[in-house]
Amino acid sequence: MERYSAWRLFREALNGHRGWTPAWRSPSPKRRYDAVIIGGGGHGLATAYYLAKNHGMTNVAVVERGWLGGGNTGRNTTIVRSNYYHRESARLYDFSVRLYESLSRELNYNVMFSQRGVITLAHSRHDLEVVARWAGAAQLHGVDAEMVSVDEIKRRIPLLDTSPSARFPVWGGLMQRRGGTARHDAVAWGYARAASRLGVDIIQNCEVTGFSRNERGRVVGVETSLGPIAAGVVGLAVAGHSTVLADLAGFRLPVTSYALQAFVSEPLKPVMDTVMLSLATGAYISQSDKGGLVIGGGLDLYPSYAQRGNLPTAQRVIGALADQMPALGRVRLLRQWAGIVDVVPDSSPILGETPVEGLFINCGWGTGGFKAIPAGGTLLAHHLATGEPHPLAEPFGLRRFATGALIDEAAASGIAH
Amino acid sequence: MSGRRLPGGGRIDRNRPLNFTFEGRPYRGYVGDTLASALLAAGVRVVGRSFKYHRPRGLLAAGVEEANALVQVGEGARAEVNLRATEVELHEGLTARAVNCWPSARFDVGAVNNLFGRLLPAGFYYKTFMWPDWRWFEPVIRRAAGLGRPSILPDPDRYETRHAHCDLLVVGSGPAGLAAALAASRRGERVMLVEQDPLPGGSLLWRPAQIDGRSGSDWAERAAAEIAAAPDALVLTRTTAIGYFDHNALALLERVAGAAGSPGPDHRPRQRLWSVRARRVVLAAGALERPLVFPGNDRPGVMLASAVSEYAARWAARAGDEAVVFTNNDSAYAAAHALLDTGGRVAAVVDSRPAPPARRTASLQARGVRTLLGASIVATHGRPALTGVTIRDAEGHDHRVAADVLAMSGGWNPTVHLFSQSGGALVWDGEQALFRPGRSAQAEVSVGAAAGEFGLSTAIEQGWRAGGGEGAPPLADAADERWTIGPLWRVPARGKAFVDFQNDVTADDIALSARENFVSVEHLKRYTTLGMAADQGKTSNVNALAIMAELTGRPIADVGTTRFRPPFTPATFGAIGGRARGELFQPLRRLPAHDRHVQAGAAFEEYGGWLRPAHYPGAGESAHAAEQREALAVRRAVGLFDGSPLGKIDVVGADAAEFLDRIYANTLSTLKVGRARYGLMLNEQGAVIDDGVTVRLAADHFLVGTTGGGADRIAAWLEEWLQCEWPDLDVLVAPVTTAWAVLTLSGPKARDVLDAAGVDMAIGEEDFPHMTFRECRVAGVPARISRVSFTGEVSFEVSVAADRACELWDRLRLAGAPFGLAPVGIEAWMLLRMEMGYLHLGADTDGATTPDDIGWGRVLKRRRDFVGRRSLTRPELLRKDRLQFVGVEAVDSTVPVPVGSHLRSPGLPSGSEGYVTSSGLSPTLGRGVALAMVRAGRSRYGEELLVITGEGRGRRVRVTVPGVRGPGGEPLDG
Amino acid sequence: MLLIPCPWCGPRDEIEFRCGGQSHIQRPEPFDAVSDEAWADYLFTRINPKGVSYERWLHVFGCRQWFNVARDTRTHEIHAVYRMGEPKPDLRGVE
Repeated sequence: MERYSAWRLFREALNGHRGWTPAWRSPSPKRRYDAVIIGGGGHGLATAYYLAKNHGMTNVAVVERGWLGGGNTGRNTTIVRSNYYHRESARLYDFSVRLYESLSRELNYNVMFSQRGVITLAHSRHDLEVVARWAGAAQLHGVDAEMVSVDEIKRRIPLLDTSPSARFPVWGGLMQRRGGTARHDAVAWGYARAASRLGVDIIQNCEVTGFSRNERGRVVGVETSLGPIAAGVVGLAVAGHSTVLADLAGFRLPVTSYALQAFVSEPLKPVMDTVMLSLATGAYISQSDKGGLVIGGGLDLYPSYAQRGNLPTAQRVIGALADQMPALGRVRLLRQWAGIVDVVPDSSPILGETPVEGLFINCGWGTGGFKAIPAGGTLLAHHLATGEPHPLAEPFGLRRFATGALIDEAAASGIAH
Repeated sequence: MSGRRLPGGGRIDRNRPLNFTFEGRPYRGYVGDTLASALLAAGVRVVGRSFKYHRPRGLLAAGVEEANALVQVGEGARAEVNLRATEVELHEGLTARAVNCWPSARFDVGAVNNLFGRLLPAGFYYKTFMWPDWRWFEPVIRRAAGLGRPSILPDPDRYETRHAHCDLLVVGSGPAGLAAALAASRRGERVMLVEQDPLPGGSLLWRPAQIDGRSGSDWAERAAAEIAAAPDALVLTRTTAIGYFDHNALALLERVAGAAGSPGPDHRPRQRLWSVRARRVVLAAGALERPLVFPGNDRPGVMLASAVSEYAARWAARAGDEAVVFTNNDSAYAAAHALLDTGGRVAAVVDSRPAPPARRTASLQARGVRTLLGASIVATHGRPALTGVTIRDAEGHDHRVAADVLAMSGGWNPTVHLFSQSGGALVWDGEQALFRPGRSAQAEVSVGAAAGEFGLSTAIEQGWRAGGGEGAPPLADAADERWTIGPLWRVPARGKAFVDFQNDVTADDIALSARENFVSVEHLKRYTTLGMAADQGKTSNVNALAIMAELTGRPIADVGTTRFRPPFTPATFGAIGGRARGELFQPLRRLPAHDRHVQAGAAFEEYGGWLRPAHYPGAGESAHAAEQREALAVRRAVGLFDGSPLGKIDVVGADAAEFLDRIYANTLSTLKVGRARYGLMLNEQGAVIDDGVTVRLAADHFLVGTTGGGADRIAAWLEEWLQCEWPDLDVLVAPVTTAWAVLTLSGPKARDVLDAAGVDMAIGEEDFPHMTFRECRVAGVPARISRVSFTGEVSFEVSVAADRACELWDRLRLAGAPFGLAPVGIEAWMLLRMEMGYLHLGADTDGATTPDDIGWGRVLKRRRDFVGRRSLTRPELLRKDRLQFVGVEAVDSTVPVPVGSHLRSPGLPSGSEGYVTSSGLSPTLGRGVALAMVRAGRSRYGEELLVITGEGRGRRVRVTVPGVRGPGGEPLDG
Repeated sequence: MLLIPCPWCGPRDEIEFRCGGQSHIQRPEPFDAVSDEAWADYLFTRINPKGVSYERWLHVFGCRQWFNVARDTRTHEIHAVYRMGEPKPDLRGVE
């Protein structure tokens, strides 16, 4: 497989771009793999890549029911940040941000990680106190997070109504300069290409219909729409459908699936550089490199597997932004869509062992799984390859729900993604 | 200006000319014109530049599918960007310019990109810009991307939302839609007919037709008028159905007042979003023509064949003088006739089919038009606009033919967007080469061209039946309605052949996508950006997936389509948000005595949805000074505090005491009538969710007090437990928070003030002790008084009916004046409770704090169950090193330590051992007081900790019991 | 936007309601005989069906009554509503 570079692009241009080869191979599944990863989203593909790269396991398959990156990887609002409150979360997500920082070069695929900064707005005295505690916590965990003044916010986000008479006046904010956005599809494709190059088999349109177990109950393979595939270990990374697969394997999870609505405006010339989240309305917005304003703002309020738009959510989220950024009244919404996310009671992921031997899980990222893809992949790969949880993953085991050792970001920072 | 306006005809008002400018140059059009038709009639051929290569582009279409002519209309705060010229109704003084080009669409500096076009294939940015770093390149890319430049001034216009219900919603007022709405309205149904155009009629506005003996457009006008006149029917023009959601809910966007870029002429909103719930829906949205994919197919002058006909018939604008028609189906022959009928010349009709129906070719040959069969166009010529084409005939010979317009037709796509949004699946119709609606998922039916039925009679009949029409439908002349197609998805010739005009995606890009294994239709879309532009792929999607099918040897049906997403056409944020701006977006609650607080000079802030006085600064007084003064007034004299938002919930019934014992973590059933008790509520996870003082009014009647923020939440919480878990309990829950105003007198002189105001009972400490409750009259006003204190001073919490709040406020202030009574805002109130070490839920606790964490472990009921009880004995909640509620005092200075500061033992190298939760300057002591959550804090009294974050970093504090002590160590308690 | 037939008020838009999640969950008792695992199951573990979900809803801006809804999470189709305390309806042939 060729290396991507400007030089290579130039050479191909002379040749009508006929020399490019598939970004990843699409082989038929073998009968047996050392590891089978269910789910061809960012987390699953990253897991396969790190299995090959970090642990030398290359007899690995990723099986995907539809097309690569077709779940939340390709539907999210692409925000990457690590300014979390709890130490466990901050370490996990900052590990991820650090991997993102070198990801394009590592994968030889431009994932366009753009550290344009993420500002969380505080809209009251109380918000400001919460944000101060949060900023301090993040700093102690080694994450860059700083309080920013209203003036600085105004300078960075001129669209924002910062007047005292605003319905949601701005008192200040929290900024992570290393936070930003990345190109979501590129993350999936980049991992797929790099994993494929290392020998991983990527099998699309292959739905897992069951698990094969040995006499001790250990998972020894998966049954799929393309036939049975034997596996040394199996990893599950199917956000939105985690419980569906868990049901097939015979266990339950503290996970509920909800639709997360997302929105994009028509492409505009640059109007905002920084990513913005509002604590009062829950709306978040950034401008993509293509010029669209990419917007999210909370879940539909009932469990759903239907990836469909919903009007009340649009009215709530878009209405909030039309109020907070009064110039947006004349900007037009281009598209609304939804992804199905795993919602966990403490808004933190579930990583590691399942009640079924030989089956390991990566799920429960809620609305914020995209930012964690490099970390999620590294950690699941580590567990699959060594049989031991990665130290960063340890606090996030299923066991915490029985002991009460929840890692509740929403409780601490008022923000659950 | 060339004379492209036909001398007669068209639905324009030639008596009402309109002046407008495009790209700074003046033009003239007529009422009835769109910007697009006026430009076409004026001979303007280059109307914009493409997104990536900045290639000159002309009008492609006449309707919503237009991909090239994106304009900015208006200036300043009312500027609108990315509008399709085909949808902009012309008005006097309109100013428009093309987006994404500089200095103009005709001479665009960005066109340099076209020279490097070969370096910019689909997805080139994934393969480059990694070295040395993306951040070096990104700003350039960002500036180059994007289309219009929006105003950053606040939008001055208004928008509104309306809700409507109907029996039948008909989308589209073409022949099928009109027939449906007509039938239903005659049956007396509540009908809504929605048309995105200013005029009803759809294709009848430009296609020759006869219905019930009239011309099609006459019939449409009369039918629409009849429907509009029916008592329960509504015809909405300039209204687009943009979304089809669950359970037959649809969103319609109505353009009410104010043409694009101009101020609204009157009181009306600019746009209105309709949220409609329809019993049944008829989708009659017609069909959109597909372009053909051949080299140079984006040159200005290359247009959809139907658009050529439509411009001529509807706007009397001839697209060109010398035309070539290129088609793979019968429908484009009409365009050739239309051109001939309007005095144009047709140099040739190029039909890719070797043997199209003979009657088609014969009809043109009879008019002297050359027809080339089995031929295709392999190149176009002219700079910047079309002057000729190269035709490759069936034998492979190329002929160059002069032409200034090329009318092309690649077949038709039913407008299935709403159907797809409704959850229905599309089916591939191989015979007509189109996707049409399959089985309905909701109470909906597609009719006419939207269902893949192109015959006029059939469309009318389908609509008529869908509307419940009885008897014979309106009668259309049914001459020769069938058409046939021989798919031609791309012309195999070299050169840039565009599939997605707006995003500059070519057939070669699709081939590259296939080569690189982006073969799923979703990957194709994402990798090449095909169909992701502002036109959402209306003209490109089917061509693209068909080309992908050819390239990968799969049937088109297997490749499938991408999902159609709302909105059908872009909708303004303003309209979606509607009138819900400012306080209408999220109302603020005001205190019953709000006006009195205003008079008293209060500075208001929002606390939990209420607008409350933070403090009452006097003239020239700072907020800080006001808080200090107010707090001191309470310590030394008396303060008056409005606590109305504190939650009040009546809990009544034989089982009320039992119910509260199950809900509260401490016991309420032993409370005596007339007494008050503080209580804690937990959630099932054992976290404290609310606290407050509850009084017992009678054996079976409690008044539950909650925090201000918890008033609604806790009432709902109690109801949930009652209704869902314990329906057997005889208990009624009634939230009464807003029925009462609560004014609290607090301070050593509180009793004197109450006395002076006049109270009809004894209020001495022995008659009316702490933590008791009485009903009485205060200054003649029926009142309830609780003896509870959040300040440590003697306090009387006086509740009166909300509508008597002002009266009570006035009486108490009058009575209090001689005693130095001061209105006290929340911030001073908080200082006072901090001095006392009283917990404030939500400030000192978060969503994970347990009763033991705040020192309430011993108060819990040991032996019986209550909500959250079981969670408290989970291992994590029994740990000794949990965060515990303590006081901290600054050791090094009198300045308060900021809230949120993290703390750590000086001996520890890293991590946090807690944080400050409340902090302020004690006016009594003249130094900072603070409360904190500290690991195992209760066992660390006296220990010094370092402040390790925030502005207080490096300072030292000492852990204490919560609350400060007087000089002799005594509590400040009054 | 769902149209939810409140058993007390009739069909209303979803914005009037709040979904309270899975219905028919048994609260384990007595508290001192419940294991940590069983308690965690009660607190956190949900069926989360891809198909018919039996869940409880509150008509917040209406009668303020809780009731049960059998709703398909794939299509959002509502198959039945029934009052609190009533058993699950028989939806064989639908699920």
